[in-house]
Amino acid sequence: MTTTPVAHQATAVAARATELSKVYGQGETQVVALDRVTVDFRQAEFTAIMGPSGSGKSTLMHCVAGLDSFSSGSVRIGDTELGSLKDKQLTKLRRDKIGFIFQAFNLLPTLTAAENITLPMDIAGRKPDKAWLEQVIQMVGLSGRLSHRPSQLSGGQQQRVAVARALASQPEIIFGDEPTGNLDSRSGAEVLGFLRNSVRELGQTVVMVTHDPVAAAYADRVVFLADGRLTDELHAPTSDSVLDRMRQFDAKGRTS
Amino acid sequence: MFRTALRNVLAHKARLLMTVLAVLLGVAFVSGTLVFTNTVSDAFQKSSAQGFDHVDVAIKPEQGDAGAQGGRPGAAPALTQELLDRSAKVDGAASATGTVSGFAALAGKDGELLGDGWSTRGANYFPGPDGKDDRYPMRDGRAPSGKGEIALDAKTAERAGFEVGDTVRMSIDGPVLTPKVTGIFTTDDGNVAAGGSLALFDTKTAQGLYAKPGEFSEIDVRAAAGTSQAALMSEIEKVLPKNGTAAATTGKELADEQAEAISTSMSGMRTGLLVFAGISLFVGIFIIANTFTMLVAQRTKELALMRAVGASRRQVTRSVLIEAFLVGTVAAVTGLAAGIGIGAGLRSLMGSFGGSVPDGPLVVSPATVITSLLVGVVVTMLAAWLPGRRAAKIPPVAAMNSVHAAASTKSLVVRNTIGALLSGAGVAAVLAGTTMGDDGKLPMGLGAALLLVGVFVLTPLLSRPVIAAAAPLLKVFGISGKLARQNAVRNPRRTAATASALMIGLTLITGMTVIAGSVQKSIDKMATDSLRADYVVSMANFGPLSPDVEQKLKDLDGVTATSPLRNSPSLVDGEREYLTGVDAKTIGQLAELDFRQGSWDALGGAKAVVDSDTAKRFGWKDGSRFPVTYEDGKKGTLQVAGVYQGNEMMRGIMLDKDRLAPHQSRITDMQVMVKTSDGATPAAKESIREALGDNPAVAVDDKKDISDGIAQMFTLMLNMLYGLLAMAVIVAVLGVINTLAMSVFERSQEIGMLRAIGLDRKGIKRMVRMESLVISLFGGVLGIGLGVFFGWAAGELIGSSIATYELVLPWGRMGLFLALAALVGILAALWPARRAARLNMLSAIKAE
Repeated sequence: MTTTPVAHQATAVAARATELSKVYGQGETQVVALDRVTVDFRQAEFTAIMGPSGSGKSTLMHCVAGLDSFSSGSVRIGDTELGSLKDKQLTKLRRDKIGFIFQAFNLLPTLTAAENITLPMDIAGRKPDKAWLEQVIQMVGLSGRLSHRPSQLSGGQQQRVAVARALASQPEIIFGDEPTGNLDSRSGAEVLGFLRNSVRELGQTVVMVTHDPVAAAYADRVVFLADGRLTDELHAPTSDSVLDRMRQFDAKGRTS
Repeated sequence: MFRTALRNVLAHKARLLMTVLAVLLGVAFVSGTLVFTNTVSDAFQKSSAQGFDHVDVAIKPEQGDAGAQGGRPGAAPALTQELLDRSAKVDGAASATGTVSGFAALAGKDGELLGDGWSTRGANYFPGPDGKDDRYPMRDGRAPSGKGEIALDAKTAERAGFEVGDTVRMSIDGPVLTPKVTGIFTTDDGNVAAGGSLALFDTKTAQGLYAKPGEFSEIDVRAAAGTSQAALMSEIEKVLPKNGTAAATTGKELADEQAEAISTSMSGMRTGLLVFAGISLFVGIFIIANTFTMLVAQRTKELALMRAVGASRRQVTRSVLIEAFLVGTVAAVTGLAAGIGIGAGLRSLMGSFGGSVPDGPLVVSPATVITSLLVGVVVTMLAAWLPGRRAAKIPPVAAMNSVHAAASTKSLVVRNTIGALLSGAGVAAVLAGTTMGDDGKLPMGLGAALLLVGVFVLTPLLSRPVIAAAAPLLKVFGISGKLARQNAVRNPRRTAATASALMIGLTLITGMTVIAGSVQKSIDKMATDSLRADYVVSMANFGPLSPDVEQKLKDLDGVTATSPLRNSPSLVDGEREYLTGVDAKTIGQLAELDFRQGSWDALGGAKAVVDSDTAKRFGWKDGSRFPVTYEDGKKGTLQVAGVYQGNEMMRGIMLDKDRLAPHQSRITDMQVMVKTSDGATPAAKESIREALGDNPAVAVDDKKDISDGIAQMFTLMLNMLYGLLAMAVIVAVLGVINTLAMSVFERSQEIGMLRAIGLDRKGIKRMVRMESLVISLFGGVLGIGLGVFFGWAAGELIGSSIATYELVLPWGRMGLFLALAALVGILAALWPARRAARLNMLSAIKAE
């Protein structure tokens, strides 16, 4: 039951932003963070959002993940339109349909690794699916450390707990905000490997914001943002091809 | 350094708010107390000094401690008309005024007693050569003359709405008088200035009521122009009786004595209030220490950087202390201002309750200002000293690390050891104290202090098991409850300091309640267990009752037995002892005493019964004979016919009233006990009241009334204590708010994450509220537990001197206190919980 058939669902859309704009301030001081962005995140696909800092990549992710409000346009997670939701409904949506992985791990220091992993289910008051949980924990290799507290774990291990937490509740989509930003390259590669495996083997949908071409290379697709606009897209990226694109932006940025 | 400190204070305004409030409240309490007591004391002294304007030399009966007041039996030889005449004629005397005065109950238009018992007085109008008494200038009407007339002081007349020509109901010693008001006068009499009332009779009537014809209780002599008080005094002394039954004092001495007495009584009150102010300041220390600890922890990097660029440890500590100094100064200054307001408010509050404070300016002495400022600043700096030292210990390298190592567990081990030792020693000392009787006070007090400190030191250790015990309850609230519990024990020191603040207040409140409840019960038991009478009749102010009252009651239909309790001073073995006269024939039906030897039956003639304490003191037993000197100086011999266990109502030497009567110059009763054929019924009570002329000054109490009276006294006392301790609880609430605000601030990243992964605002609010509740209940449970222990221990001491003492645990009250602690938790969480729920998720997640 755990592995969903991947092939014929590959075209279904897990999340979609249409003409999405986000504007801060008014008049003179107005800043356009997102400018009519339209983008699909397909099911069972690993998408990386890239762009120079200030390009709006984090804002895009926050808006699509229901963490931040937007000025105009629409965002759908599955069949749900986010724009009309109240805070309470948004919270419930995040709880039941979205998983998060943060740069700073963001685990609760008072809870053990196992408790941190099941936290979203505890909040929802649901019992975790034992077999699934077991599989996730196996995958991220935390079996021996479940009773440890975050302070007793290395950064890489902590982020693996965070990955397991995001996967454990079988969300429709997982958002990662620079998930390897605080990790050394080996731990980072591990975490990215888990994310890719979860997409390939478990049919999970993952969207990740990063500025690291090496990290982006783990994704199936990379979308590029600059100045709040969607500028480009790359399928089956390698770190070199990503780096190339980035260089082009830099060059454009300098010439324009 | 100073500039850095100032910047820091300004940067953390909001965070320091609770600290400032806590210090402010404490300082306001201190300065309010000082301003209030100084103001009242000043006003009383001025008004009493005015009262002595008319007196240059006063002659008072000597050795008449009970005699001067209310004409009680056993009054010292009174001052005679002859002495008055002689003193008016000495060299340098302008005039002499004879005064008789005493209690005078006055009923308002509604028939209720005006004022409280002891401030309603009556005296004589003593016209001078011009036919007027210049102490009492008449505003309306004329001076009283003859039996049925009185004059009233203007303040009372206004308050009660009496005018010249009205008939008032009043009573001196039982029977109702209905004199006509012939005049309304103004006076600077101290008692009236303090809110009491004064009714004037003509001298003859007053002597009939308070003394004997031709006798006075005081003679005031005015000096002629050019004669000093001292000169007049030496002249007066020449005419005083040779047997030393009267003594003269100058007006100045009297005024000084009065001033001294006032300042003594005010300083007692001040000390009492300052103790409570001290308690709330002490509680405030925890909050200050918590705040500064957190400020230092937050600035670890910054402080380490300062160390790295070359600041010395001392400089770091100093910068924290300067911060504390600034905070303390702001708090102390505002606290002082608030305190002056409180002082003024208290006075007008007291005024509106009975106007017993004379008018006068608000006194804010330099001492008050200095004390208040000093207290505020010193307390704040003292509390910040430890965090300041901790700040100095931050290694420079911490500037580079992202996380500074938290305090090691080793110091908690040391702390726990010290705490356990202190608590152990405290418990041992308290337990030892309970077995030592009266000598146990010191070890018990010391032990209580040790235990309190010990438990405070131990609270971090105690917090884990006690809060863990609440886990099953919190489970009901799901993940919020679980997180709340874990958050509460996350920083044991801070939780402990917060809970301790609440613990101190609740320990005191619970302890007082237990002791008061137990003592009340035991006194109540004592008073009512022995009482067989259905009613006890007495004056509302416990003044003397005329024997007519008993006579009337005896003749009343349905009354089966009556007996007076009448006191007469005497000398036994050279010691002053009161003899109590009772009706030997009926007393057995009215009072059942616990006789160790003999019984009521033998009472009569020369046979008396004595309580066991007196018997022990004189070494008497059943059958012992002892010589006695009656109040009129005649000697006799009495024989012990019974030894009983004394109690609140009945104690001392009791004998038949007929044996006592011939020796009494003036027969008055303290109480009359009455038994009716139908027992205590509303009808019987009504008929007794009616027989006594519905006199408002006479109280007719059945057992329940007596119990209620005792209970009321204790309730009043407890309520006052509660009011004073409420301050400490309020400060504790500030502490809980403070701690929660810190927790929310520190954990904003976690809260942001929880919101992101799906905990709704309600859940966040509930989590903060639960944490608050857990901390508060922890403090509450510790406080109530300690309070009960102290109450029990103090009871063991009291129990050794009160036979009927038994521990009464006020379960209802204790439940209420626990509920109060819960309420504190919920209230304190209101604002921090809101803040937590409103936190901006995105910035919270990113915040480092």
